[in-house]
Amino acid sequence: MKLITSGLMAVATFASFAQVQAADLSVSIEIPELDVAEYHKPYVAVWIEDDRNQVVSNLAVWYDVDMRNAEGEKWLKDMRQWWRRSGRSLEMPVDGVSGATYGPGAYELEFTPGKAPLADLKPGDYRLRVEAAREVGGRELINIPFSWPQSSEKKLEEQGSSELGAIELTIKP
Amino acid sequence: MKMNVLKPLLLGALVAGTLSAEAHRAWILPQETQLSGEDRWVGFEAAVSNDIFVANYHAVRFNDLTVLQPDGDKSEAENLHTGKYRTVFDVKLEDEGTYKIFTASNGMRAMWEEDGKRRMYPGRGEQYTEEGFAENVPEKADKLRVMQSSRRMETFVTLGGPTTETLQPTNKGLELVPVTHPNDLYSGEQATFKFLIDGEPAEGAELTAIREGTRYRNSQDEISAVADKKGEVKLNWKGAGRYFIEVEYKDDKAKKPATERTGSYVTVLEVLPD
Repeated sequence: MKLITSGLMAVATFASFAQVQAADLSVSIEIPELDVAEYHKPYVAVWIEDDRNQVVSNLAVWYDVDMRNAEGEKWLKDMRQWWRRSGRSLEMPVDGVSGATYGPGAYELEFTPGKAPLADLKPGDYRLRVEAAREVGGRELINIPFSWPQSSEKKLEEQGSSELGAIELTIKP
Repeated sequence: MKMNVLKPLLLGALVAGTLSAEAHRAWILPQETQLSGEDRWVGFEAAVSNDIFVANYHAVRFNDLTVLQPDGDKSEAENLHTGKYRTVFDVKLEDEGTYKIFTASNGMRAMWEEDGKRRMYPGRGEQYTEEGFAENVPEKADKLRVMQSSRRMETFVTLGGPTTETLQPTNKGLELVPVTHPNDLYSGEQATFKFLIDGEPAEGAELTAIREGTRYRNSQDEISAVADKKGEVKLNWKGAGRYFIEVEYKDDKAKKPATERTGSYVTVLEVLPD
């Protein structure tokens, strides 16, 4: 995983750049600006499940990785679906998957087929799942079904309503 | 005020068949049941009360509170404190897996009449012992009933992924054997539990499950189920929350001199939202 950029403007700029790079699977995640008295950056998990609800790949887990004594792991279970389906059987942190949390903005994740974490992605039907949980805040889970691979470029989009903003999945042949 | 007096009496009448010294409901309530991270603690409250989970009647006084660690080793609860209406304690979770926190007893109970007065053994707060039974219970008496009786009250918490080492039955008394793991429950999913009486399927065991928050609604809104031939019940949750679950079993396959066998089981399970 490469975290390319942050900020809405930056994503727009990046989109044209990405075409040149011919990235094969990318996910854009928007974390909304929230007007709240006490703001903690959300924990976010991004993963792919197959048609039997089995996790085939963890793409990203953003949490308080740097807290002392792994204190930040205390809230991982608040991403309830991810925790149940994958997190609780992982040893955190996961190299190349886990990273620090981000504040409001849009973030683009890019992945290359055949390479981790997409190394084992066989042709088939899947869904991308993005789950966010925020301390003193709420939780939201967005699902985007997709088929892999695609013969032409495909852009799939879902709009979050509370803890997540626009989620975009772009697949290129 | 009248309600307060009536309610325990009514419940007392309902459970009289089990000869339960406490007619009230009792529970061990965990603050949370699925945890992540390292070196975590969970707080518990144990209380006797009829209002789920409002501690307003008696604290539970433990004789044998046991913490079973994921590897099956026993440890003890820490910071145990008994207040007016509730007993609180902590359990440290050092290893990943499922912990069982329980108290259980098996023994004989008897009730009879002496000079027109009702007598029972063991009395309230008393522990069954073979010697105590021999000493206290007459061989013949008016309305003598001797029962082989078991009671178990427990709950479960899991750090990391759920495990099953601590869920193995002892084959004594009425026990829950998970088909669905008790720390892996979600509101939109059916859960299956199996009940054993002395190691055999507890066919006919009657289960009642009540979701927390009864004081904020107008009915108990309980889920009722009866164990099938395999001792299994299937539950469809009424939303997320912590559930008080009570199971009662009774038959006549008792060890002598008992003529009835009874089992009572209580657990608190947490059901998470989908």
